[in-house]
Amino acid sequence: MPAAPLKNVTVSAPDGPDDSAKETLIEVRDLSLYYGATRALTQITLPICPRLVTAFIGPSGCGKSTLLRCFNRMNDLIDNVRIEGAVRISGYDIYSRDVDVIELRKRVGMVFQKSNPFPKSVYENIAYGLRLQGHRNRADLDQIVEQSLRSAALWDEVKDRLHSSALGLSGGQQQRLCIARAIAIKPEIILMDEPASALDPIATARIEDLILDLKKQFTIVIVTHNMQQAARISDYTAFFYLGQLVEHDRTRKIFTNPTQKQTEDYVTGRFG
Amino acid sequence: MNRPPNPAPPDSAKSFRSERFDFASFFFTGLTGFATLLIVAILAVILLNIVVQGWESLSWRFISTIPKDNFFDPASTGVLPMIVGTTGRVFVMTIFVLPVGVITAIYLTEYAPSTSPLTRFIRAAVNNLAGVPSIVFGLFGLGFFINFVGRNLDALLDSPGPTWGQPAILWASLTLAVMTLPVVIVATEESLRAIPPGLREASLALGATKLQTILRVVLPQALPGIMTGGILAVSRAAGEVAPILFTGVAYYMANLPSKLTDQFMDLGYHVYVLSTQSPNIEQTRPILYATVLVLLMLTFALNFTAILIRARMRKKLRALG
Amino acid sequence: MGIQRGHRARPLEWLAERVIFTISLSAIMLILLIFIFVGREALPIFLGRMDSALIQETIPPERMNELDPEELRVYLDLSPRQFAGMDRDTLQMLMEVRQEALEEIPPEQLNDPDAHANTTAWRYLLFPHQWSDYDRPRYIWQPIGNIHKYNIVPLIVGSLKTTLIGLFFAVPISVGAAIYVSQLARPRVREIAKPTIELLSGIPSVVVGFFALLVMASVFQAVFQYETRLNAFVAGIALGFAVIPVVFSIAEDALTSVPRSYTQGALALGSSKWQAAWHIVLPAALPGVFAAVVLGFGRAIGETMIVLMVCSASVMSWSIFDSARSITTTIAAEMAEAVAGGHHYRMLFMLGAVLFAVTFVANLVGDIVIHRLKRKLEGRS
Repeated sequence: MPAAPLKNVTVSAPDGPDDSAKETLIEVRDLSLYYGATRALTQITLPICPRLVTAFIGPSGCGKSTLLRCFNRMNDLIDNVRIEGAVRISGYDIYSRDVDVIELRKRVGMVFQKSNPFPKSVYENIAYGLRLQGHRNRADLDQIVEQSLRSAALWDEVKDRLHSSALGLSGGQQQRLCIARAIAIKPEIILMDEPASALDPIATARIEDLILDLKKQFTIVIVTHNMQQAARISDYTAFFYLGQLVEHDRTRKIFTNPTQKQTEDYVTGRFG
Repeated sequence: MNRPPNPAPPDSAKSFRSERFDFASFFFTGLTGFATLLIVAILAVILLNIVVQGWESLSWRFISTIPKDNFFDPASTGVLPMIVGTTGRVFVMTIFVLPVGVITAIYLTEYAPSTSPLTRFIRAAVNNLAGVPSIVFGLFGLGFFINFVGRNLDALLDSPGPTWGQPAILWASLTLAVMTLPVVIVATEESLRAIPPGLREASLALGATKLQTILRVVLPQALPGIMTGGILAVSRAAGEVAPILFTGVAYYMANLPSKLTDQFMDLGYHVYVLSTQSPNIEQTRPILYATVLVLLMLTFALNFTAILIRARMRKKLRALG
Repeated sequence: MGIQRGHRARPLEWLAERVIFTISLSAIMLILLIFIFVGREALPIFLGRMDSALIQETIPPERMNELDPEELRVYLDLSPRQFAGMDRDTLQMLMEVRQEALEEIPPEQLNDPDAHANTTAWRYLLFPHQWSDYDRPRYIWQPIGNIHKYNIVPLIVGSLKTTLIGLFFAVPISVGAAIYVSQLARPRVREIAKPTIELLSGIPSVVVGFFALLVMASVFQAVFQYETRLNAFVAGIALGFAVIPVVFSIAEDALTSVPRSYTQGALALGSSKWQAAWHIVLPAALPGVFAAVVLGFGRAIGETMIVLMVCSASVMSWSIFDSARSITTTIAAEMAEAVAGGHHYRMLFMLGAVLFAVTFVANLVGDIVIHRLKRKLEGRS
């Protein structure tokens, strides 16, 4: 963890809209999560606003990724996971019995820590999600694939090799392809789990630019290890420690004038 | 974009309820689940059939009797010579296959440069050996061990008649050792690989030589895996009939085998004889089921032991790493 | 204390390494030995050096002196060693035996053209021949009798018939189960199902054969209402039991080695577990599934006891409800009656060599495919 003295952190993120004006898209209420008998998240309550970037920060094992995976129920894949409390998206409890997980995941996209393009062509990678939604028309597909690649700032680099294997792209390109794949099906929310942690600084910068661009259309929740990254791109930041939400506020506030001592210690690099 | 993405979609979609039932998923999950169930059912039917029918005719007398010439007679027959023959041949086999298999596995994991063509060649040979049909091993045993090694031994030792150059428990065991070599190699390799490299490095860093490291650190750790390999080889060999058909098995012998050059009776071969050569299959049926049960108990007991040891080993390794 | 390298510093260590290395070559050596010694016994057939004709040309014993020793040795079919150990009288007696054997042939066969035919020639092995007591050219394997009929086509057809039935039965079931166990089942179900299915491979094939013979054959006949109780269909299904664990564990292994991140990526896009398995995991693991089928084929075509116990009549027929005799069955059933070194014996070894070559290729192909797949999948994980 690079130690970042408080005064050197540049907070370029703009102030969020007026506090009073904000609505809530994802509402986490009293959420606790257990792996078997171990509690991984404790009583989290947190609102997430639409069309802003919210960053989750905290030391390894603090539960930030686990919380992220609650939003599209990827935790369901693990045995022995038990959840208390509620997560509401647009006011609807996504853990209620009649929720179709697959429908949920179509509307809450996800980008993983390690880029995971399918072993198919660039084009097929993006078309896959669209085909799942029943898009069959070739012209439509072509158009959406191009749009998504343009939105992910990848079009110019891959337009000549759309039909060659996605595994031939560089790491950064693969990750942007995964982002393009996620936005192609037009989710409302995009979850990003340390999307740039495996990339070099230049590729990271491009992903960050992309995120700032995407927030005009999507609500983005990003887990990051890199505090400068959180400072640069997010509007709100939530700091987690040992499965608990320590502080959640405007990013500028968290990085310049945190309320909690723990938060201050962490963002100034005194632990973690 | 075709539709504006974020402004909230109509309320009906908010519920995250699927518009239609995903029939394909339901159908294919069911279908593949059924396939799994079918395999388990086949196993269960075979085992139950044998255990239920075999148990009735199984008795201590049956297990401990040496049959007189007519072993189709349920009242007087027994399977002692077959048990002795089968156990004997796998025991002799183990003596040959374990050292060779373990040493080969040690070479492959500890010494061999992992990318060299020779290593890949050895691995390919091991994998290929595992797929050679068992009857071909039988032919090999006949052509190599009996007709080549055995006859030359006879000529060399000036035996009065064919002593070595004829089917014998020794040749059957050697043939089986060749057949089960890959089983031992693969199991040992797996357990050697599971040992964290840190252990080896720690020993080497203390000034131990490679051989010392292998003998004192690596092998003791790998022992359960090597045992598993040995047991799997034994259980595989115990049930095989094709490789011993021409290399040592006898249709009937009045006495138990006493030398390595004797022929022997065998449980698996006896099952074959009872089910295909019986003059009256209805009369033979009970002893046939009992013989099969004895054979199954022998191989399955070994298999279960191997699975148990392996499970314990995995648990221990998980605790280590 | 010098920091030396090499065998001089530690002779024992050096020696041990040499020994370990040498022993590790045993697998290669054994494969070679199998090739050599199965091939050696079959070589005269491959080279066309055997003569199985009933009526052999004989040289009258009186003309023994006109032959040089080498010619005499070849004529009497003796090894140099045996030949050296015999005196003149013994040799002459052997020549007389040869001639007497000719005189014992029933007169009606002396004019039979088949009695002069060397039936181990390739055209008799592979193509139909009109034997004198048959009305039209036929494929016949009938090694016992005065005229040895060695056509191997019925055996090949028998092997393929039972093997294909076995694969048609076993492959869909095992691949389906592999998909279910590796992709769809809950972890707890997987932990029970996988070892249970693998336990099937612990049942000796003689037991599967016994079960097919005593139980399945009757049940199937009652269900399907066919004529021959023991036929290729029963044998094929029973073969399938032996093939299932092979195909299952290789296919399951290939499917499991596809990185979890592929599945997660698909699920995050809103595909169901089944769609992720079908669209993403299965295509990625397809070479492994192919290899599983190839190795299953090798296992089935080499299986002996099951087919031997269930059906063994050598009839040339493609019907699955007829009996069939496979290559393996023939070797197992007839080797006991064959005279070592005779043409029947060599013919059986030739079948073994062919079988070995076929399974060798199948194993090699399967092995290479799996190796490539693993490298490809691991290369990026």
